[in-house]
Amino acid sequence: MGKQTIIPFGPQHPVLPEPIHLDLVCEDEKVVDVIPKIGFVHRGLEKLIEKKEFLDFVHIADRVCGICSFIHGMTYCLAIEGVMNIEVPPRAQYLRVIWSEFSRIHSHLLWLGLTADAFGFEALFMNSWRIREHILDIIEETTGGRVIFGACKVGGVRRDISADKLKDVLNELKDIEAQMHECADVFLKDSSVKSRLKGVGILSKEDAYKLGAVGPMLRASGVPYDVRMSGYAAYKELNFIPVVENTCDSYGRCVVRIRELFESCRLIRDAVAKIPDGPLESKVVGFPKGEYFARAEQPRGEVVYYVKADGTKFLKRFRVRTPTFANLPPLLKILVGCQLADVPILVLTIDPCISCAER
Amino acid sequence: MGKQEIVEIKIDELVAKAKEFMAGNWRLVQICAAKLEQLELSYSFGKDHDLMTLRIILPSLDVEVPSITDIYFGAFGYENELHDLFGINIKGNAIDYKGNFYTMAVKTPFNTEAPRE
Amino acid sequence: MPVGKMTSTILKTLGKKPSTRRYPSVKRTTFTGARGKIVIDLPGCIYCGICMRRCPADAIVTSIKEKTWSMDHFKCVNCKSCVELCPKKCLYMELEQATPSLKRTGQEPSLKNA
Repeated sequence: MGKQTIIPFGPQHPVLPEPIHLDLVCEDEKVVDVIPKIGFVHRGLEKLIEKKEFLDFVHIADRVCGICSFIHGMTYCLAIEGVMNIEVPPRAQYLRVIWSEFSRIHSHLLWLGLTADAFGFEALFMNSWRIREHILDIIEETTGGRVIFGACKVGGVRRDISADKLKDVLNELKDIEAQMHECADVFLKDSSVKSRLKGVGILSKEDAYKLGAVGPMLRASGVPYDVRMSGYAAYKELNFIPVVENTCDSYGRCVVRIRELFESCRLIRDAVAKIPDGPLESKVVGFPKGEYFARAEQPRGEVVYYVKADGTKFLKRFRVRTPTFANLPPLLKILVGCQLADVPILVLTIDPCISCAER
Repeated sequence: MGKQEIVEIKIDELVAKAKEFMAGNWRLVQICAAKLEQLELSYSFGKDHDLMTLRIILPSLDVEVPSITDIYFGAFGYENELHDLFGINIKGNAIDYKGNFYTMAVKTPFNTEAPRE
Repeated sequence: MPVGKMTSTILKTLGKKPSTRRYPSVKRTTFTGARGKIVIDLPGCIYCGICMRRCPADAIVTSIKEKTWSMDHFKCVNCKSCVELCPKKCLYMELEQATPSLKRTGQEPSLKNA
C-alpha cells in the first residue's frame, strides 16, 4: 500500500461550472476514496412559499436553476394542477412539449461544450456553443427570454406561437440539425476523444439502479427508464422511445446525450405537425387542498416536486428533489479507482447542476 | 401516469419495509420532512411509473430515526439534509456530516421549535 | 484519418466571417417577442397596491395614502405579472430593456409616452 495524500478538488476549478468540493484520497495517482461536500450555494428557496402566493410562485420555481429552468416551472404547474384537478387544454400541452425539448437541446449542447473543454478540446467547445446561440435566439423569439422562459402558468401557457412562426422555427431547426450532426461526428469518431472516455468510470447496471442514478447515467448502463414514457403533457401522443446504451462507461453517457439531441429534434417536428388549435389556458378557481407528487424528465434526469396545501392561498410545504442530488452517490462510486487526471471528466459526465441540487 | 399512494407506518417498521422494497426492486426516489402541526417524514420509493410513499409522524425531536443507508446507500444525502434543516436525529448514517452539510447562518431554519446552539 | 474530421470544420470557419457581433457599435435587432422595461400611465393609476403584493421580485412600492408609485428597475425580472393583473390596465411592457444607470434608487417612474 503506497503513501496516501488528500488532494482537494474544487470548489473553484476551471472545469467546474458550479462549486462542489471533493476531497480525493490518492495513492500515487490513483483515487481510493472520495469525501464530497456541497452547500456553497444553498438559497433556502423552499421557505419562500410562506411569502408568495401559489400562483406567483411559478416565477420562483423557474429560477431554481438557470439551465433547466422551463421544466422546473412546468413541473410546478403539473403539481398544482394535480392537486386541484385542472385539465390543461391540448394546445398548451403541445406548446409545453416544444419548449421542453428546446430546453433539452440547449442544455445538452452546453454540456457537450463543457465536457470538450474538460479534456482540452476548446475548438469543439466554441463550436457547440455557437450552435447553441441559434437555439437561444429561437427561444427568445418565441418566449422573450434566453434562459429563463417565463412561459408556463398554472392551467396552461402564457403566450402563443403562431403558425407562421412555427414554420420558421422548423426551417431554422433543419440548418441547426445539420451543424449538430457535424459536431457530434467529431465528438464520437475522434480517436483522442475515444481514448479518454472509453472504459473510464464504469457503473454497472445493478449499481446504477440500486444507488438511485437517474437520467442519462441510468440509461447508459442499460436501464430503459425515462419519465417521458409515463405520458405527461403531450408525450403520450408522440411515440416516445427512450435512448438506451449498454456500455456503462463515460463514452456511453456521451452517446446517450448526443442521441437525445436528435431525438428531441424529431419530437419537435412531430409536435409542430400535430399541434391542434384551441385555448391556451384553463381558469383556476379556488385554492389547492391536498398533497401530490409530480415527476418530469429534465435534461439531467428525473425531477420530483412535492406540494402540500390546506385550502389557503399559501402552500404549506414545497419540496424539490433534483436529478443532480440523486446522481451524487453514483458519482462517489465511479470516482473510486480512477486516475487523478480523469476526475474532471467523470464529474462532468454526471452533468452537475449544483445550484439545482441545493436550491 | 402511474399511481401514487401514501401509507402511514410507525418508526419501528421503517427498516423492515425498506428491506422489502429493496428485495422487490424498488428504487429510492426521495426523502423529505414537513413541519406543520406535527413533524412528518415521507420516504418515497418508485418502480416503473408507480410511486409508493411511507409516512411517519414523529412525536418529538428526541425520537431517533434509524438510517437506511446500509440498505439504500444513496439515502445519506437526504438524511443529512433532514438533520440540518429540521433538527431530526438520524442514527447510523453512513456518511454523517454532523450538521455541516449546508453552511447556514441560522441552524435548523425550517423548524423553529428545534433547539439552536 | 481519425483526426481529420475537426480539421475540415476549422478550415471552413477560416473562410467565413466571425460569428460574434462588434457590440456596442453594432447592436442586435430586438426580437418581436422580447420582454423589456415596464412603463406606467400615471394619471390612470388608482394606487390599489395589487401590483405591489403580487410582484415576485418585490420591485414595486406604492402607497394609497401618499399617492406615490415607484419601481426599482434593477429588481424587476420582466415577468409581466403586473401588466396582466392591473385592474385599470395602466401598465405596459416595452420591447427595449432598461438602460444601465449609475444610480440604483431614487429614480422617477418611467412614464408612458402619450
